[in-house]
Amino acid sequence: MTQSDQYNFAYLDEQTKRMIRRALLKALAVPGYQVPFASREMPMPYGWGTGGVQVSAAVLTPEDRLKVIDQGADDTTNAVSIRKFFEKTARVETTGHTVEATVIQTRHRIPEEPLGEGQILVYQVPIPEPLRFLEPRETETRKMHALEEYGLMHVKLYEDIARHGEIATAYAYPVKVEGRYVMDPSPIPKFDNPKMEMAAIQLFGAGREQRIYAVPPYSRVESLDFEDHPFCASKADHPCALCGALDSYLDEVIMDDDGGRMFVCSDTDYCAARQAAGHLGAMAASDGQEERR
Amino acid sequence: MIEIDGVGKSFILHNQGGAVIPVMAGAHLVVAPGECVALTGSSGAGKSTLMRMIYGNYRAAQGRITVGGVVVTGAEPRTIIALRRHVLGHVSQFLRVVPRVPTIEVVAEPLRLVGVDARAAHDRAADLLARLNIPEALWGLSPTTFSGGEQQRVNIARGFAHDFPALLLDEPTASLDPVNRAVVLDLIEGAKARGAAIVGIFHDAAARAQVCDREVDVSAFAVRAA
Amino acid sequence: MSTARSFDEVGQEVSEKSWHRAKPLLSVRGVAKSYDGRVGCADVSFDLYPGEVMGIVGESGSGKSTLLNCLAGHLTPDRGEILFDSRAGGLRDTQAMSEPERRMLARTEWAFVHQNPRDGLRMGVSAGGNVGERLMAVGARHYGRIRASAIDWLDRVEIAADRVDDRPSAFSGGMQQRLQIARNLVTGPRLVFMDEPTGGLDVSVQARLLDLVRGLVREMGLSAIVVTHDLAVVRLLADRLMVMKSGQVIEAGLTDQVLDDPQHAYTQLLVSSVLQV
Repeated sequence: MTQSDQYNFAYLDEQTKRMIRRALLKALAVPGYQVPFASREMPMPYGWGTGGVQVSAAVLTPEDRLKVIDQGADDTTNAVSIRKFFEKTARVETTGHTVEATVIQTRHRIPEEPLGEGQILVYQVPIPEPLRFLEPRETETRKMHALEEYGLMHVKLYEDIARHGEIATAYAYPVKVEGRYVMDPSPIPKFDNPKMEMAAIQLFGAGREQRIYAVPPYSRVESLDFEDHPFCASKADHPCALCGALDSYLDEVIMDDDGGRMFVCSDTDYCAARQAAGHLGAMAASDGQEERR
Repeated sequence: MIEIDGVGKSFILHNQGGAVIPVMAGAHLVVAPGECVALTGSSGAGKSTLMRMIYGNYRAAQGRITVGGVVVTGAEPRTIIALRRHVLGHVSQFLRVVPRVPTIEVVAEPLRLVGVDARAAHDRAADLLARLNIPEALWGLSPTTFSGGEQQRVNIARGFAHDFPALLLDEPTASLDPVNRAVVLDLIEGAKARGAAIVGIFHDAAARAQVCDREVDVSAFAVRAA
Repeated sequence: MSTARSFDEVGQEVSEKSWHRAKPLLSVRGVAKSYDGRVGCADVSFDLYPGEVMGIVGESGSGKSTLLNCLAGHLTPDRGEILFDSRAGGLRDTQAMSEPERRMLARTEWAFVHQNPRDGLRMGVSAGGNVGERLMAVGARHYGRIRASAIDWLDRVEIAADRVDDRPSAFSGGMQQRLQIARNLVTGPRLVFMDEPTGGLDVSVQARLLDLVRGLVREMGLSAIVVTHDLAVVRLLADRLMVMKSGQVIEAGLTDQVLDDPQHAYTQLLVSSVLQV
């Protein structure tokens, strides 16, 4: 306890937070544009969300209530350790409930519950450059963004259709923000893409790649597609086995070695809230069912 | 149609001590539409050199050559290209084409270049090849593999495909059998009849007598070595 | 009746057009480029007209590639003007254009065929994607039509339709070069720059490529500037020729005239040095 008192609020020093806030303001002013920033060494390995953590640290205030999710779940290692990190260094309140949170740091998902004004969604981003796999030169991709030369992005989708008969890109599906910058939405499933037109502020942090970008509230976010192969926000065609939801993104869970499997909401808070409200799926393990057995 | 006035030519061999070889001076010749003029003179007298200067292939050192009102001497490349495309045809002794192009295309090309549609150009090419007794089985093959006589006839067909107002013929009947020789002479007479001005080199005296209106001995323009 | 008309009258019309109405597509004035005081190319001027193919020959280091790269906007010349008659803006100095304009020109009205197809292709993208890229770059967003156009172009460069999904790495050198040409011509450019287009190819493959390029130039009314050291290539492909030595244009004219009646000592040497077969 005495040790944690010695941390500056939210771990980063004030100068660093100012630097990151400046980058965030610039990112909000130019939606979808990747702003370089001097990413700091964090007490966790790259790939564990160092970009997102720095962004969260820069926007957190003592009054905030933080939620951290990894693949939609609040209780995975990554989410738990980041939540603990801020409990310790910022001593902010934390929550598992989407509606209660003011800042939500996420890896690979957008919560099912629509976000509102006053909320901030912070994404952890591994590779911020959507053109990277087609054009390895950073000098060239920057020029392509500057000149709005985005034909190459469609080449990637073309290749998908040529090879798989449809656009097989299922996550990190490229979007165009406010009709200008093409942006990597981080590895969220394409099911979440339509949700990016939201009332909350969306901030993206890539620690290793030292880039920050943002989508201001109510921005237009279009998923790229072809006229004859329109974008489709697909998901597994099942109801949630636990809460029966038909509208949420599902994880496939393998049950045994005999091909047994179940589909459950990836957003654990959403699923739990529905179950608490009495919505039950086919395999819901409610107390009542247990007793009857 | 073709006017040559005071034309001279010499070659400077820069890589052989700058040797200057004068070959022609003061050449003069006028060929009217419908007229066929044979260039004569011994080998080396400058028949080919004069033909090449008319065609724009050699640069004249002095004088002036006009074809159909276009000044060839000192003309821009594109002027010569347009002249060759539309006005001045040339049947050389050698066929120079991209390997692999079918014979029928080689013959149709001059027509395609002046904007004739593919079908009409092909019909005309087929007609000429048939008249010149090139077996139809060969039309789809490249002429680069043909015998000398066949290549010569393809060259003639190509030269007569478009109705050029002016024509240069370099030994058009050489290495031809009597039947095809007669066809070629027919083509030349046909060209004259429609008003083409023709300058040719014919070693075949009988052919010369049949189609040429007059002969010009280029030895008269030769420069005697000092 | 229509055919009887076509020989005479069409010829007459075209002849008038090509003599009087044509204006240069590319107008080059006093272009010079040096590298740290060493001359790359010096004071080059010429006009290129629509439909013309110009060859630039010279040995390695003569400045022909420097000139080509200056013309194509890959290098910035130290001096001189390069005026291009663009569809949109008329005759304009390409150096005075903004970079977006120049890059747009480079992928719409211009094409650049590299000696090494690997420099001009995306090796990790299928043949169809390679051809379709320029279409998508100018806004094509209909997969079916992009693909149909790619297959049509593969056919025009004699690559079978069933190779459309193969990557260029699975193609022979000649096929790669033909794919590069298809990729470049799909947007209907008006000016094509070619840097030793037959450079690394077998002789038999060269002939096929030359024939193809000649056919496309004629059908599409393309203008082209072809840099090569191969005199046989320029004789078959180029209407006009520029001979370069030590960065200078030492002789220029009609291709066959320059090759058959060379005036300059160096050109005479170049022509007489070619091995006859």
